[in-house]
Amino acid sequence: MDLKDLYRDVIVDHNRHPRNFGALQPADAKADGHNPLCGDRLTLYVNLDGDKIAQAKFDGAGCAISVASASLLTEAVKGKSREEVQNLFEQVHALLTQQDAQVDVGKLGKLAALSGVREFPARVKCASLCWHTLNAALDHADANKPVSTE
Amino acid sequence: MSAQPKPVSADRALADRTWNVAAIRRDFPILSQSIHGKPLVYLDNAASSQRPQSVIDAISHYYERDHANVHRGVHTLSQRATDAYEGARETIRRFINAKDVKEVIYTRGTTEGVNLVAQSFARPQLRPGDEILISGLEHHANIVPWQLVCEQTGATLKVIPISTTGEVDFDAFEKLIGPRTKLLALAHVSNALGTVVPVEKFIAVARKHGVPVLLDGAQAVPHMKVDVQALDCDFYCFSGHKMLGPTGIGVLYGKQKLLEKMPPWQGGGDMILTVTFEKTTYNQLPWKFEAGTPHISGAIGLAAAIDYLERIGLDRIASVEHELLDYATAKLSALPGLRIIGTAPEKAAVVSFVLEGIHPHDIGTILDTEGVAIRTGHHCAMPIMDFFRIPATARASMSFYNTFEEIDRLVAALEHTRQVLG
Repeated sequence: MDLKDLYRDVIVDHNRHPRNFGALQPADAKADGHNPLCGDRLTLYVNLDGDKIAQAKFDGAGCAISVASASLLTEAVKGKSREEVQNLFEQVHALLTQQDAQVDVGKLGKLAALSGVREFPARVKCASLCWHTLNAALDHADANKPVSTE
Repeated sequence: MSAQPKPVSADRALADRTWNVAAIRRDFPILSQSIHGKPLVYLDNAASSQRPQSVIDAISHYYERDHANVHRGVHTLSQRATDAYEGARETIRRFINAKDVKEVIYTRGTTEGVNLVAQSFARPQLRPGDEILISGLEHHANIVPWQLVCEQTGATLKVIPISTTGEVDFDAFEKLIGPRTKLLALAHVSNALGTVVPVEKFIAVARKHGVPVLLDGAQAVPHMKVDVQALDCDFYCFSGHKMLGPTGIGVLYGKQKLLEKMPPWQGGGDMILTVTFEKTTYNQLPWKFEAGTPHISGAIGLAAAIDYLERIGLDRIASVEHELLDYATAKLSALPGLRIIGTAPEKAAVVSFVLEGIHPHDIGTILDTEGVAIRTGHHCAMPIMDFFRIPATARASMSFYNTFEEIDRLVAALEHTRQVLG
């Protein structure tokens, strides 16, 4: 169990200087995420361009893993379709939870820095909180859409 | 045991032959292990303490030699088990100086004791408009049972505010207590901040108003001499596992005249005298409140823990822990960016703190890789975190078996934390 595996330079950097930090107003969709175990709270804001995520931002407070993960998420999902985002979430989830995950690290880009988290089971929820929150935000976006008559 | 030592520094304490911490640590087998290749530094005693060999042996001996159900059989093992179980009750009675063993009710822990009083004492008498008074320092276990009983009866929960040092506001308390107040429920020592609440002052005022008082003593009993008659409280709850004893066993002390009037709160075996389908006659105190086969080994283990605490002496424990608290407070305060949460003049050996720019959860993980075990989070006291506008704290809580070197290890691990996340 190597601490440097958990707190890689990318993680430390994104914790100290979170990207896309702050509220997005107006936002097409937003959702709050809360991890009661450690008190992490974040709000995720999304603007959509058709099926694609035009922009994602977040604010809130949490541990280094949750802040860095949210920061990395906002960079990674920009310009991606819903399906691509869902695919990415599945890859990240596998990376966080499975020792022998069959993950294409190349496709994950900077998100691959989260791979050390799986050695620290108590911290997996910190890293996945923002992804669950993004899903909730996208669900809200669906709910707010006018109901189709077709 | 020789005269009580009063160590004033690490060097003097270690030089003082009357306080042989190395020998004491040998009594606790769990302490002599390594975590991630480093000697364990256990500073999470407010969550749960560790057990000396004598407690482990008492439980093993019971299961190896004496186990049978209590209060039932005429056979030898049942008699031995009953003697040990009821003997433990007498040990506990003496330990807290209750008048009678009838006033010592076994529970699963502090939480169950508070719930028992809420449901069996408070609920039958509470009416809409009545008030229960607690403080802003309380553990969830001394909040939620009262919220439940308020929902059930239409009574209202009132909260005495706390100050920025983490003390209960006595002036506000005097204004809040009144004819509507039906019960005062207070922590004796705060688990999250370590504040020792001057409960005697609060009880004296409650007496004038005729208000019964329950004390949550989970954090007090392991660290100071508690005398329920001197305190003159009506109910006092505590847990075995925070005082070197087993988990799943605790005690509710209650004044006999109140306990006599209270209905049983659970029905079953052991709490009855006669049962017909028409009517059941309840057993006498204390068994009226102990339905079902009890945690016999837990009671026996708890009595062994009390024996151990008394061999060392609660006064010595309080004195040693006070030195550890002063040392830890000074060392931690000197760390840049560290802020101690809870700075009451009277504290148990608990230091809750935040490090600027570093979330407590990260501190907990990094300290663990250094072999240092502390608690991080809200400590089951979320209203306290809200009051200080922080999501969580890191909490180091000491016991008499901790050393000054271990506090140095904590400080070094915190410096390491800053390097890792710097």
